Amino acid sequence: MNLTLYVWRQKNADDRGRLEQYEAHGISPEMSFLEMLDIVNEDLIKKATEPIAFDHDCREGICGSCSQVINGVPHGQEEKTSVCQLHMRHFKDGDAIYIEPWRARAFPVIKDLIVDRSALDRIIQAGGYISSHTGGVPDANSILIPKDDAEKAMDAAECIGCGACVAACPNGSAMLFAAAKVSHLAMLPQGQVEAARRVRVMTEEMMKQGFGNCTNHYECQAACPKGIKVSFIAKLNREFIKTLGRSGKISSSVDRMADTLPSE
Amino acid sequence: MILDGKCPSGLLHEKWDKRRQELNLVNPANKRKYKIIVVGTGLAGASAAATLGELGYTVEAFCYQDSPRRGHSIAAQGGINAAKNYPNDGDSIFRLFYDTVKGGDFRAREANVYRLAAVSNNIIDQCVAQGVPFARDYAGYLDNRSFGGAQVSRTFYARGQTGQQLLLGAYSALSRQIRAGSVRLHPRTEMLDLVLVNGEAKGITVRDMVTGEIKFFAADAVCLCTGGYSNVFYLSTNAMGCNVSATYRAYKKGAFFANPCFTQIHPTCIPVSGDHQSKLTLMSESLRNDGRVWVPKNKGDQRRPDEIPEEERDYFLERKYPSFGNLAPRDIASRAAKEVCDEGRGVGSSGRGVYLDFADAIKRLGEITIRERYGNLFNMYEKITAENAYKQPMRIYPAVHYTMGGLWVDYNLESTIPGLFVLGEANFSDHGANRLGASALMQGLADGYFIIPYTIANYLAQTAPGKVTVEHPEFRKSETESRDFIKRLLSIQGKKTVTEFHRELGRILWEHVGMARSESSLKKALQLIPELRAEFWENVTVTGTSAELNQELEKAGRVADFLEFGELMARDALHRAESCGGHFRVEYQMPDGEAQRDDENFSYVAAWGFTGVATEPELHKERLSFEHVHPSVRSYK
Amino acid sequence: MQFLIKSSVGKKLIMAITGQLMFLFIVFHLIGNTSLYFSWINTYAKHLHDLWPLVWIVRFVMITLLSLHLVFGIQLTLENRSAKPDAYAIKKSLRATFASKNMIWTGLIIAGFLLYHLLHFTFQVVHPEMSAKLNTDVMGLPDLFSMIVFGFQNFFILSLYIASLIALTLHLVHGLQSSFQTMGLNTDQTQPVIAKAGVIASLILLIGYASIPVVIFIGIVKG
Repeated sequence: MNLTLYVWRQKNADDRGRLEQYEAHGISPEMSFLEMLDIVNEDLIKKATEPIAFDHDCREGICGSCSQVINGVPHGQEEKTSVCQLHMRHFKDGDAIYIEPWRARAFPVIKDLIVDRSALDRIIQAGGYISSHTGGVPDANSILIPKDDAEKAMDAAECIGCGACVAACPNGSAMLFAAAKVSHLAMLPQGQVEAARRVRVMTEEMMKQGFGNCTNHYECQAACPKGIKVSFIAKLNREFIKTLGRSGKISSSVDRMADTLPSE
Repeated sequence: MILDGKCPSGLLHEKWDKRRQELNLVNPANKRKYKIIVVGTGLAGASAAATLGELGYTVEAFCYQDSPRRGHSIAAQGGINAAKNYPNDGDSIFRLFYDTVKGGDFRAREANVYRLAAVSNNIIDQCVAQGVPFARDYAGYLDNRSFGGAQVSRTFYARGQTGQQLLLGAYSALSRQIRAGSVRLHPRTEMLDLVLVNGEAKGITVRDMVTGEIKFFAADAVCLCTGGYSNVFYLSTNAMGCNVSATYRAYKKGAFFANPCFTQIHPTCIPVSGDHQSKLTLMSESLRNDGRVWVPKNKGDQRRPDEIPEEERDYFLERKYPSFGNLAPRDIASRAAKEVCDEGRGVGSSGRGVYLDFADAIKRLGEITIRERYGNLFNMYEKITAENAYKQPMRIYPAVHYTMGGLWVDYNLESTIPGLFVLGEANFSDHGANRLGASALMQGLADGYFIIPYTIANYLAQTAPGKVTVEHPEFRKSETESRDFIKRLLSIQGKKTVTEFHRELGRILWEHVGMARSESSLKKALQLIPELRAEFWENVTVTGTSAELNQELEKAGRVADFLEFGELMARDALHRAESCGGHFRVEYQMPDGEAQRDDENFSYVAAWGFTGVATEPELHKERLSFEHVHPSVRSYK
Repeated sequence: MQFLIKSSVGKKLIMAITGQLMFLFIVFHLIGNTSLYFSWINTYAKHLHDLWPLVWIVRFVMITLLSLHLVFGIQLTLENRSAKPDAYAIKKSLRATFASKNMIWTGLIIAGFLLYHLLHFTFQVVHPEMSAKLNTDVMGLPDLFSMIVFGFQNFFILSLYIASLIALTLHLVHGLQSSFQTMGLNTDQTQPVIAKAGVIASLILLIGYASIPVVIFIGIVKG
């Protein structure tokens, strides 16, 4: 089949950027969306034109590198599918396809369809972990976890950190991302000790990184390639409310670590 | 040169304790003054950087991805082995050790493998403490499943995303250290060169993939955790960005490359659908727990699978290997699939595929249980093929998946270049000629969490911190070399794209250095690869400039290395005149078609030293001695 | 407490709680209004006036709630706008609704309407000639009933009220279920139920409130 593409081209962060039109010829239904772009790119290179830059890596829907808004939907129309797992059989001959990068203040465009998502990493760095020390931990089976809790934690932990939730959110909010991590850890006994601090610092960091506020549009859930549910956002909110009863400063483990580092 | 793995003497189970006792320590107050470079942030890199940072060292971590959470370890599906013996089915550290050595077809170092088995239990404890949501039973205990090459259930798993969950665990530990300031992260940064000062690894040259800027980092030691080289085959289950450049450029600087011909073909991948194919998708081997592999008994049987009656199906793995059946090790299962397809009994439009059938398992356990165990894999399969595997059997075919070869390291994971440590898939150490399922995750994390923190201290304790800075002339030299390399790539402006060369290289290797190799095929490869390489340097086209984000330039650099590395691989395969594990030479097989090992002549690690691009590399050997496992014919019948 | 007003979730919690309390007020207000159907409205108003300390407490609380809701609502909206500076050339909404995307506008319309509503019936400056302060009914009570009836016989005023009520309904359709989500009261099971209940409650309020001016306009209730 033949397709017309309108692709966002932007030379670098300072460039204004624009949609440009390309033709994709001889596309077969078995191809993945990215393989279709590969073909377009090979054509461009042959014409000594710079190919379209886009993030991709594992091409099996797990690394979370993909970041394209296809016809107005992050990762395209197919439910629970990342761009790399989207196949051309879902398109038909003559279709026009608009391809744009993730858009949010926290995700500045680096080039074409590539954006900088390090803000998500910084949310995790703020407290999206359990501060266990390598080695000094109990036997794995000394912590019993009800199967249902483990399964729910896993539902949240499946997040691939692609940022589609932010791209889909009219407010550019990263609540689903933060909520998935907060919920994953809050549902496990190991995560309880730091639960209060975690939810506070992670939501705080989210604002610092320039993400918007969640106003419960639920676009994120619909766009999430892993089907992470907005009920985890409610869970984050519950975890937050739990911290309101606690008086005094909730210190961060980083603060504590700085105290215990050996002095000169 | 005869290499020494520097394994401790003494009883097998006391070796690691003994070594830890011998190793020097770095005073806690001094750790901060030592800088360690960690390249790669997959399981090995992230766990190493996190642990070293936590110990107090100053760590610089690098990855080519935009986030350390995207290392390709994330795509491992099935699970991670440990000798916990929770199911009480007879597992032990020794048995895991034994299975791994045997699975590796007796081409791994005993002491390393035993240590790996011994620390496997600590890994599970560590991951649970980090909040990895492993599968559990109704009483809340950890659940296990069985995996290829083992008769016990020792594999821990988190749905079909074990690699993802383990990597996110390591990533979270790394994130904590980044916040604490002990680790500085450099994402979207690619290593171009290893910098040696007085013969020791003291830094790296990198390219900032966003700005194109060439930068230098000096350190007291360097850890390469850059994964394997499956992508030399173009089509593999590796991520598109996986490459050999870091290890290959270290090889060019003097590190020995060990057993490059040991590549693993994974039996359960989704078959190729056409020329456009950019990569192959693996379906976890755990599927073989419940799926039965078969092809029609008759050649060219075009009927739909459900129309083929039971008696006309050939469950060839169960037939050939009654005691392991569908769980036969990867190399054996892969070759068996290739054989039946070569006989013309393959299924699917290309004829290169076999069925993996869940009908019996669904009948026995119910669709719900199967969905619970493999739901995401079935979904993935449906997304790619538009077929529902609950209703009709999957089609699978082998694909390159993992590379056992890698930079040669001693027991301390130190390469032949002092100060250069190599972890995870990037080294050669633990899997011999074939890796068992669920062992890669185990090795990556063992190296990063529990081995490098001890062994690197020994090296550092013998050097003064901060001896070398980026002002050293070696960095200038490296810069010039790196810039020239890039300039050369951009100046050719030929007619063929980088991908075309890569695809062509992959075709040569798959054809001649693939699942079955022969002297003539390997010689053919050794003739074709240099020709292709010469054409590459005359006729490749790389668009754009060096001073910007340029994905073509990145690819070109990697393919240039693959074009040299492929030759090394073929050369190693040619020299190893025996069949073992993932290396199958058609001249060396038993009358029944099984691999014929030659322990008399090849019970050694082949470590190659670089002598020049056009000249033959120098072969160094490390003799393998087996004191605890007697090399036997690896039988899974 | 400082953390509450600084944090994103904290601000939203304030929005949720103030919103829900104002919703309660709207419910009671409607119940009070139905006294018009029984021609008790003047008596009802008198009873309320007799409880003037309570009325003033309620008024004070409502103003506080409204101000908080307004201030944080505007602040959150501005933050959200700045978090999404560039628009897509094409953007499809998958789950977001007209109501959810226009909360700020429906909210501001309601605020504007509230001002008019107060001027109309509380301060009675819109139609001073019909002011209940000046006219009394047969019982000698201020004649609220006639003032209301007179007002809604005017098509312009009727339209204004109906339009504002639609804005209110839209605001509640999203706001009600959203407040439960923000307060962490949603689960996978309850979320669709709460969302539906929110829509139904909003529609009941719309019908309840709109019935009064409509019934007056078409002449079923006469002055």
